[in-house]
Amino acid sequence: MTVAVHEGTGPITASRVFVGRSMRHSLRDGEGLMMAIVLPVMLMLLFTVVFGGAIDAGTEYVDFVLPGIIVLCSGFGAASVAVSVNRDVTGGAMQRFRSLPTPAACCLVGHVVASVLRNLLATAIVVGVGLLLGFRPVAGPLEWLAVAALVLAWILAVTVVFAAIGLLSSSPEAANGYGFGLLFLPYLSSAFVPLGTLPGWLQPFAAAQPVTPLTDAIRALLLGGDPGGQAWFALVWCAGIVLVGALVIAWRFPRR
Amino acid sequence: MMPTIEVESLAKCYGGRAVLDGLSLEISGGIFALLGPNGAGKTTLVSILTTLLRPEAGAARILGHDVVREAATVRRLIGATGQYASVDETLTGRENLVMIAQLLGLSPRDSRRRAAELLESFDLAEAADRRVSVYSGGMRRRVDLAASLVSTPAVLFLDEPTTGLDPASRARLWNDISALAAEGCCVFLTTQMLDEAEALADRVAILQHGRIVADGTVASLTALVGEETAVLVDREGAVRRTLEVSGTAAGLERALAGLAEEEGELRLELRRPTLDDAFLALTARRGDRGGLGDGVVGRNDEWREAAA
Repeated sequence: MTVAVHEGTGPITASRVFVGRSMRHSLRDGEGLMMAIVLPVMLMLLFTVVFGGAIDAGTEYVDFVLPGIIVLCSGFGAASVAVSVNRDVTGGAMQRFRSLPTPAACCLVGHVVASVLRNLLATAIVVGVGLLLGFRPVAGPLEWLAVAALVLAWILAVTVVFAAIGLLSSSPEAANGYGFGLLFLPYLSSAFVPLGTLPGWLQPFAAAQPVTPLTDAIRALLLGGDPGGQAWFALVWCAGIVLVGALVIAWRFPRR
Repeated sequence: MMPTIEVESLAKCYGGRAVLDGLSLEISGGIFALLGPNGAGKTTLVSILTTLLRPEAGAARILGHDVVREAATVRRLIGATGQYASVDETLTGRENLVMIAQLLGLSPRDSRRRAAELLESFDLAEAADRRVSVYSGGMRRRVDLAASLVSTPAVLFLDEPTTGLDPASRARLWNDISALAAEGCCVFLTTQMLDEAEALADRVAILQHGRIVADGTVASLTALVGEETAVLVDREGAVRRTLEVSGTAAGLERALAGLAEEEGELRLELRRPTLDDAFLALTARRGDRGGLGDGVVGRNDEWREAAA
C-alpha cells in the first residue's frame, strides 16, 4: 500500500470548506431557516398591528418599531449557532476535525459566517415586510449603508457570543437555554417604547446597554434624524462584545 | 526497524486518578487489539496517540514522530474513528468524504474522485447522495471508517468500531478491517468484545488500571490460563460435564469409568480456554492483589467484583 502524506490545509482553505458545510446545514434545516424568518415577521405584526394602537411613540408606530425589530431578529437567527457549535464539540465531529492536518477552529468561522448571512437575509425580509406595512424611511444610500454596517456589527457580536455559549454549555439543549437571556435585552431598551416611558430605575440600565444606542442610531439614520454619538457608542459595544466572545472562545476551544 | 507505534511510560490523570499509569508498548504493524473493561483507559490512550490529548508524563511516537511535539506530522500519518460515529448527519455520505478530502488538502476534483472510490469499496455508492441521518447503524460506521481512510493512513485507530452493530454489520466491518491490514495498514483497535479481538487481531494486549497486564497473541494469552480440558457435550452442544483429566490415558480411563449411564451418549470434546477465560482470569488476578489498588483508579471496582 502506498502511504500518501497529505500537506493538509491552511486557515483560508479550511474556512472555505467549513463555511460550505455550515451553509449546507442552514439551507437543509428548513424549520430553523423558517423560524429565523417567520418569527421576526410575526413579532413585527404583533407589535404594529396588535400592540401598536396602545403605544404612543410620538410618530407612526411602524416607523418607530421597525429598527427595534431589526435588532431583535438578528438575535433570533444567531441563537442557533450555540446549538450547532455545541453539537460539533459534544458529538464526534470536532474530534475528527482535530485529528486532521487542518486548523479545526476554522469550523467556528463556518458557523459564524453562515449565521451572519442567514441573519442578513432575515433582516432584508423584515425590512421588506415593514415597507408593505407602511414603513416610510427617508434614508439615502449613505444612511442605508451605515445602517447595514451597524446591523452587520450587531449580528456579528451576537453570533460570536452564541458561539462562545455553544462552547461553554454541556449539551445542545443547555446551549439553547442560555441564549434566552441575550434575546431579552431588546425588551429593556428603546427598541419598542420610548426610553422616557420606562420606570426611572430602569432607564440608566436601558440607556447604557447596547440595544438602545444601536436602535437609536438605526432609527435616526432611517428617519432622517441625527444619530449623534449613539452610532459610535453602539459600534464600541459591538467591538467589545466580539473581543470578549473571541477571548472566551480562544480560552475554551483548545479545552473541548 | 522503527516500530510503527511506540509508547514509553505514558501517564495521564483525571482529577487525581491515574488513568494511564506508566504504560509502555511497542507495535510494529498488523492488527493490534487493546482489550479492557470500561474505564480501563483505552479511549484515553487512543486520544493521546491521535494527538487529541496531551500526556502528563512519558512519550508516544507514531513512525518515529512524537505525538506532542510533532502533532501536525502525526495527523498526516494517521486515520481515526471514535467510539461514536463522527460523521456529519446533515450532509450526504459523499459530501462528508469530499469535505474530509478537501480538509486534507486535495483539490476539489481529486476530493470527488477519492470520495467516489471509497463509497464504491465500502458498498455505499447507492446511498452516497442520501443524508447520513437516514443511514442504518452499519452504513454509518462504514462511512465513518471510510472518512478515516480518505487520507490512506499508515496507522488507523479504531475505538470500539463495532459497538452497537448487528451481527451482519459487524462481520462486514471485520472484513473491511482485515482487508485494510492485508494492504499494509497498521490497525490499532480497542474493544470490549473478546470475539472481536480473537477474530481480527495478530496481537492482543489487556489494559487494566492504566497498565498493560498481558500482551501477546491470542494463543499465548489463552495458554496462560491453562491447558485444554475434556468436556462432555449433549446434542445441543451444551457442556454437561467437565472431566478431570490429568493428561495420561489412565486418567482419562478413570474419568470415563466414573460416568453415569445416560452420560455415555454424550460426545467427548477437547476445549481450549478462550480469550474470555484469559481475560477474566488475568484482570481478576490483578484486581485481587491488594497493594496495586492504592492511588490507582477506583472506577473498575464494580467490574472487578463482577469478574471475580
